[in-house]
Amino acid sequence: MPKPKVAFYWCASCGGCEEAIVDLNEDILKVVELVDIVFWPCAMDFKYDDVRKMKDNEITVAFINGAIRTDEQEEMANLLRKKAQIVVAFGSCSHLGGIPGLANFWDRETIFESSYGKGCPSVDNPDGIVPQTVSKVPEGELTLPAFHNTVKSLDQVIDVDYYIPGCAPPPYLTMKAIVAILSGELPEKGAILAPEKTLCDECSLNDSKPEKISIKEIKRISEVISDPEKCFLAEGVICMGPVTRSGCSEEGDGKCISANMPCRGCFGPPPEVKDVGGKMISALASIVGLEGEENMSEEDVEKLINQIVDPAGYFYRFSLPTSLLRRKRMSNPAKEDRYNG
Amino acid sequence: MAKKISIDPITRLEGHGKIEIFLDDDGNVKNAYLQVPELKGFEQFCVGRPVEELARITPRICGVCPTAHHMCSTKALDAVYHVKPTETALKLRRLIYNAFMAEDHLLHFFFLGGPDFVVGPDAPPGERNILGVIGKVGIEIGKQVIDMRRRLRSVITHLGGKVIHPVCGLPGGVSKGLAEDQRQAFLKVAKDAVEFSKFCLQVFNDIVLKNNTYLDLIVGDIFKHQTYYMGLVDENNKVDLYDGKIRVVDPNGKEFVKFEAKDYLDHIIEHVEPWSYIKFPYLKNIGWKGFVDGIDSGVYRVAPLARLNASDGMKTPLAQAEYEKMFDTLGGKPSHHTLAFHWARLIEVMYVSEELVQLLEDKSITNPDIRNLPTETPDEGVGVIEAPRGTLFHHYKTDENGMVTGVNLIVATVNNSAAISMSIAKAAKNLIKNGKVNDGLLNMVEMAFRPYDPCLACATHSLPGKMPLIVNIRDNNKDIVQSIRRD
Ligand code: SF4
Ligand code: SF4
Ligand code: SF4
Repeated sequence: MPKPKVAFYWCASCGGCEEAIVDLNEDILKVVELVDIVFWPCAMDFKYDDVRKMKDNEITVAFINGAIRTDEQEEMANLLRKKAQIVVAFGSCSHLGGIPGLANFWDRETIFESSYGKGCPSVDNPDGIVPQTVSKVPEGELTLPAFHNTVKSLDQVIDVDYYIPGCAPPPYLTMKAIVAILSGELPEKGAILAPEKTLCDECSLNDSKPEKISIKEIKRISEVISDPEKCFLAEGVICMGPVTRSGCSEEGDGKCISANMPCRGCFGPPPEVKDVGGKMISALASIVGLEGEENMSEEDVEKLINQIVDPAGYFYRFSLPTSLLRRKRMSNPAKEDRYNG
Repeated sequence: MAKKISIDPITRLEGHGKIEIFLDDDGNVKNAYLQVPELKGFEQFCVGRPVEELARITPRICGVCPTAHHMCSTKALDAVYHVKPTETALKLRRLIYNAFMAEDHLLHFFFLGGPDFVVGPDAPPGERNILGVIGKVGIEIGKQVIDMRRRLRSVITHLGGKVIHPVCGLPGGVSKGLAEDQRQAFLKVAKDAVEFSKFCLQVFNDIVLKNNTYLDLIVGDIFKHQTYYMGLVDENNKVDLYDGKIRVVDPNGKEFVKFEAKDYLDHIIEHVEPWSYIKFPYLKNIGWKGFVDGIDSGVYRVAPLARLNASDGMKTPLAQAEYEKMFDTLGGKPSHHTLAFHWARLIEVMYVSEELVQLLEDKSITNPDIRNLPTETPDEGVGVIEAPRGTLFHHYKTDENGMVTGVNLIVATVNNSAAISMSIAKAAKNLIKNGKVNDGLLNMVEMAFRPYDPCLACATHSLPGKMPLIVNIRDNNKDIVQSIRRD
């Protein structure tokens, strides 16, 4: 029997998700024994044409990481969708839009201005040159792909079967997913291939988090020397544990927590949470209380929550493109390109 | 008239560095352009965030060198808050950083750039990869490489939480200290890393230096550019990767300038071209003369060979001996031979491994003083670090609450962007004569840019050295005569 075929592909990605595959270390040799890697542009020589020539559904599973920002990425995603039986969105960018998705707070003109214009202190650009899709040089013409206004998650572009969360996903979950797919023991379509509990449920600091937390102010991590034995929320530091799926580490404690830093939610929400921001605010509201008082008044809670300096940047750090916020309103809607969903 | 080979849209994929080569009437190369087709906009979307979070946001510029961005960002945070890290915190940061430099350089030598030499420049492309290297040096060694990288990376995971996008850096220090049992365990890793560095240099010596064909290639003209060089140095002008002043030497090796990170805007400025998303930095006080080398052109180079050129030596004994051997062999300092970047990279692996041992033999690294809390009002700061692929700058401005109002980044590979274009053009000019395209072109073109280990993930998203590539060769009518691609 021929070995099942596996493809890895990256869209708008940082390369970390590719390193996460390399970090399978010796396990990668096991994977190579079980499957044929038919397509992995960053590490092996294959031609795109080879993929195009494949029969539909010829690839067993395609892992796609990175967000979608260009026509070409969208085309490639569609092509792999046709050729693969199973498509897995790999990593936060593909799953939720990821950190590059924070660009959705701005439009192309503003981004160009801060890179090539007066917004950038180190450029010498008196003529206001910005990259062009078509430009003339003495010898001829050069073309560049267009820079689109909006970053999208993979499932905003194609049908996705499964998701592996994380920025970057931990190798043990990748290995588990590959084994599950090869043995045909698959959960229902649309499943996120990670535990269902929240990070708090698995956190060894959870016991230090009282039912009611008495915090008078929200603090930033730069302002405190945090006690490694104490829950961040109990110290008044925003930790996304209550609204984040567990599984980033096999050992239980969140990876960032184990380095004595609060969670920022790269694993995305657990199943029951629809809107991370709303849920986080209600989670905070339900656990905070002033010392001596059973409950804070609604007004006090509001005051406290208003101390959070950048709620959008904390709550939707990895998920702006797929969040209820979606993107900032464009000052000039005519400027929006067709990428705006 | 040569026929035109067109590329349909699906093959013009993002993340491809694209090289356009134009020929004149006689079929000789007029010019070559390296285009970088993507921009992510971090400078813009970092605005409005609490500044301390940038140490957790900016590493996503590049998942290959996230530790460089994380540390550079952390240093910028020290500057923004006017806070000095504690002594122990500095040692821990260096510990993490050296472990990172070693594993990243090893990745390059064995997986990416090294295959050109270890397997051989003439080997078919299908063999010029990690499997080819393992074939040459043996599976046992291959396993050792994987194992060494894994153990070095475990140091970063332990202290930084995650090896891909570590999180431990804070203004004034780090979030986590080192326990005594871990110190002992990591000391073992460090000592093994020194041994492993010796082995790597031996491999380079046996396979490359003892082969005259390779040596001729290294010192030959195709891969040579006389440029300025930039790198961080300590107070004795020794190579330092984590801290110090930025030293620039001219093409004759004379010190041109030495400056502090905070003054970078007085010395570096970037040129913009409409045909690439990447910018082209140059020395402000020399000026932009186009894509040319020489003492009158502001083009400078960064990364391993540039760092060694810009310094007076290495801080550790074994690395110093290798440093002397390299410049002796190459005919003096500075060396303009682009392929020698590979050699310099291995010398740096030796240096960081030796320094890892020094750091871990010192028990004070387990001291509990890992944080100084900021007390001053945050405003503005510049962080600098030597990333594997060159000098990296993070420059932040904030309001009085430490909310970001402006960010400027000069990413390691970007410093080399003009030089990479020039190296490619030079290789092409040597290999395309009278319209005849040499079959070895793609290989040679790749060999021209791989020494820089161009991490276009920082601007695009592909692993360094494995940059998917399209080379279009156009005749005088701008028609594509030939198109070579490597995905
Ligand atoms: S999910 Fe994280 S590691 Fe993966 S591509 Fe996106 S930013 Fe990089
Ligand atoms: S809020 Fe954070 S620190 Fe507290 S229990 Fe949850 S995950 Fe752990
Ligand atoms: S602790 Fe949170 S932010 Fe950190 S890796 Fe785990 S899920 Fe991601």
